[in-house]
Amino acid sequence: MSNTLEKLKTALLPLVGFAAALTLWQALSMTVSPDLPTPMKTWEESREYVFKPFAKRGEMDQGILRFTWYSLILVAKGYAIALIIGTPIGFLLGLSKGFHSIFDPIIQILRPVSPLAWLPLGLVLFLSAGKQASELGALFTIAICSMWPTVLNTAVGVRSIPQDYINVARALKLSKAQTLMKVLLPATLPYMFTGYRLSLGIAWLVIVAAEMLTGKPGVGGFLWQEYNALNYARIILCILTIGFVGFILDRLMGLVEKRFKTA
Amino acid sequence: MPFLELKEVTKGFGANGSRTEVLRNINLQIEEGEFVAIVGYSGAGKTTLINMISGLASPDSGQVSLGGKPITGPAKDRGIVFQNYSLLPWLTVSENILLAVDQVFPDWPPEKKSHHVASHVAKVNLSHARDKRPAELSGGMRQRVSVARALAMDPQVLLLDEPLSALDALTRATLQDEISRIWQDNRKTVVLITNDPDEGIYLADRIIPLSAGPGATLGPSIPVDLHRPRDRKTLNQLTRFKEIRSQVIDYLLASAPKRTEVQKTLILPDIEPEDLSIPKPLMGGRKQPIRRGDIRRESVEI
Repeated sequence: MSNTLEKLKTALLPLVGFAAALTLWQALSMTVSPDLPTPMKTWEESREYVFKPFAKRGEMDQGILRFTWYSLILVAKGYAIALIIGTPIGFLLGLSKGFHSIFDPIIQILRPVSPLAWLPLGLVLFLSAGKQASELGALFTIAICSMWPTVLNTAVGVRSIPQDYINVARALKLSKAQTLMKVLLPATLPYMFTGYRLSLGIAWLVIVAAEMLTGKPGVGGFLWQEYNALNYARIILCILTIGFVGFILDRLMGLVEKRFKTA
Repeated sequence: MPFLELKEVTKGFGANGSRTEVLRNINLQIEEGEFVAIVGYSGAGKTTLINMISGLASPDSGQVSLGGKPITGPAKDRGIVFQNYSLLPWLTVSENILLAVDQVFPDWPPEKKSHHVASHVAKVNLSHARDKRPAELSGGMRQRVSVARALAMDPQVLLLDEPLSALDALTRATLQDEISRIWQDNRKTVVLITNDPDEGIYLADRIIPLSAGPGATLGPSIPVDLHRPRDRKTLNQLTRFKEIRSQVIDYLLASAPKRTEVQKTLILPDIEPEDLSIPKPLMGGRKQPIRRGDIRRESVEI
């Protein structure tokens, strides 16, 4: 009896939170900031984008899921670059004291730099690429911003491999490559996936900034365009979409991470 | 010429200033097929000693040699069973053993390898658990896997580094019996490190005490001239068993540094009992505990 009550509670309490947020939103738009669209107005303005999620009416006028899809593709590319570069760097940092001493300070300095700061540099970097410049700049920004959790978690994972496992590798006379593939890599996997999960979160954060500045079609680009077009309701639609997609991505990575934790 | 030999081996740790010598002037000669137990205090340097035989560590001075050749690093002719099992947790029992077999017999066809693995899993009575991961096994079972892994390498020398010290007494006895049985089947050269004299006497041909560190060294080698198979129940009653045990223990006790007396005042807990079943108030949290020393007035009911 009390069990079902508990279940009901956990199911209903989040709704209370949503209701409170909606009320606050409504109250704000009715009092201090009259330019903020009310929840109802937001819904009216967004309907078209939600009910025809894959429609394409123009370059910057497409269904919300279509925009999300563009953004996800760009994120996937940048994220892949981040993992491909970040994982080996993490391994080197964890394995070699010298490498760590040389590069750790640079990493610590570059790590807190905001995506908004990287993007102009990215655009300059690929200026010679012509039409491709903005996409390459965006990829560069996503990769360099989302790389750090992967780098640092992998390094910590490598450093915390128990001496026992290393002793086994030595006693069995495993070669360097075998030790890496059969001992170091599997022992580091759980840490690596924690890094991958955090990296994905950051990659998704960065995409919006990147699209806003490059003006490419996608959720972020759409958001920025609607701001310029003074259609504030759709900004809120974009924000909610970004939040929701980010949440789903995190949960999915959480599931993958859990799988490797038990292994 | 002895099969396994340590000559004037010395080993220390730490930089020049704070350097402590762990082992000093270790001389040990072991014949092929002999089972030798080395008994000593925890922290005396037993693991360091066996690491030098396995090649995981190298002596500062002196020489370790096997079959006349100096030992320079780990090799497949020495199988080691670590104190803390040291199994790879992401591999199953069979896979852990296969990893060793792959290393030692890379040219075998896969069927021969898997057969070899299966027979060693069976040898330590773990066939029912061969597809389980170490986390699903008890301590005793894990250590059996570790023994099977070392045996599957078919080494010339089996090094057992306190293999049973993390186990409870009953499991210990069972595994001692198993080690004894396996040894009698294949008569490999075995070096057993242990902190339990009874275990050493029960299993070995020869037992050697290692004096307390720092600067530990090996004591007299005591032959265990008790016929095999040894029976745990009657062993304890044998006069010879008692003699050997007292020789080992006397040496160990005599080597221990004298303890100096320390003066210490006891501080008793200064806290009053309270009824924890009384629900605590919603706000303000729990009351501070009442300290006896803080009580100024005490009312007594007569």
